Amino acid sequence: MADCNETLRELYLYLDGQLTDDDRVHIQQHLDDCSPCLEAYDFEAELRLVVRSRCFEEVPEALRDRIAKALDREQQPG
Amino acid sequence: MADQATFAEQAMPLMSSLYSGALRMTRNPADADDLVQETYLRAYRGFGGFQEGTNLKAWMYRILTNTYINAYRAKQRRPDETDLDEVEDLYLYRRLGGLEAARSGRSAEDELMDTFSEAEVKKAIEDLPENFRMAVLLADVEGFSYKEIAEILDIPIGTVMSRLHRGRKALQKALYDYAVTHGLADRPEGGTEPEPVPSAAGTDR
Repeated sequence: MADCNETLRELYLYLDGQLTDDDRVHIQQHLDDCSPCLEAYDFEAELRLVVRSRCFEEVPEALRDRIAKALDREQQPG
Repeated sequence: MADQATFAEQAMPLMSSLYSGALRMTRNPADADDLVQETYLRAYRGFGGFQEGTNLKAWMYRILTNTYINAYRAKQRRPDETDLDEVEDLYLYRRLGGLEAARSGRSAEDELMDTFSEAEVKKAIEDLPENFRMAVLLADVEGFSYKEIAEILDIPIGTVMSRLHRGRKALQKALYDYAVTHGLADRPEGGTEPEPVPSAAGTDR
């Protein structure tokens, strides 16, 4: 099982899904047992959700139309 | 080899992702419109080179990024790396991590949503130096893997990791500065020290 230092050091690799299966299990086991590290993990995971949802953009209808028309023109022979 | 006739069907649903990426890159709606349109045209013309079964979003992001770098970057050159805030790991958590506990029953997500407006989060990302902005955008907003980011940006995975590491810390610092202006966090000088958390050595490279 990983200790606090290792867990916090690997936290982003864990969040990013970039650890090997073994390493992921070690971190997971530590998070199950250590509430301060789990709290740090939750904060980082939720911060990412907030950043993601804050950056969501609706495509303007006019742009969608413009691109669809441009692609149609590409498809026409000549 | 991918069939051009299926391009629109597969690529049109990706537009809001590409558009939000384009807006964060260009920081300008008119440029973002042109960038997304150019990306779709190039992708359509080059669709024969797309390998079915691989990630179309990553493939289109690579076109978006290359188009952006070639067409737009020159006219809005910004200093890189040098002006990046260097702070410790878990910077924001060490300062705001107790917020949700103070108001019982609320999640960190709810607290953070209340703390940072849409405009602030966007500005914090858009203000990052370009190399770091791209890495953070691709990983944290778009959810690409390190390998995909390396391919999109044409850089080694080690470089992806170090840009992410530094870019995320700078983003947290910028967000913290917004929290301070809201009065939600102590000012850096004076006031109480944040709760100690077991520290992790940086893996900076």
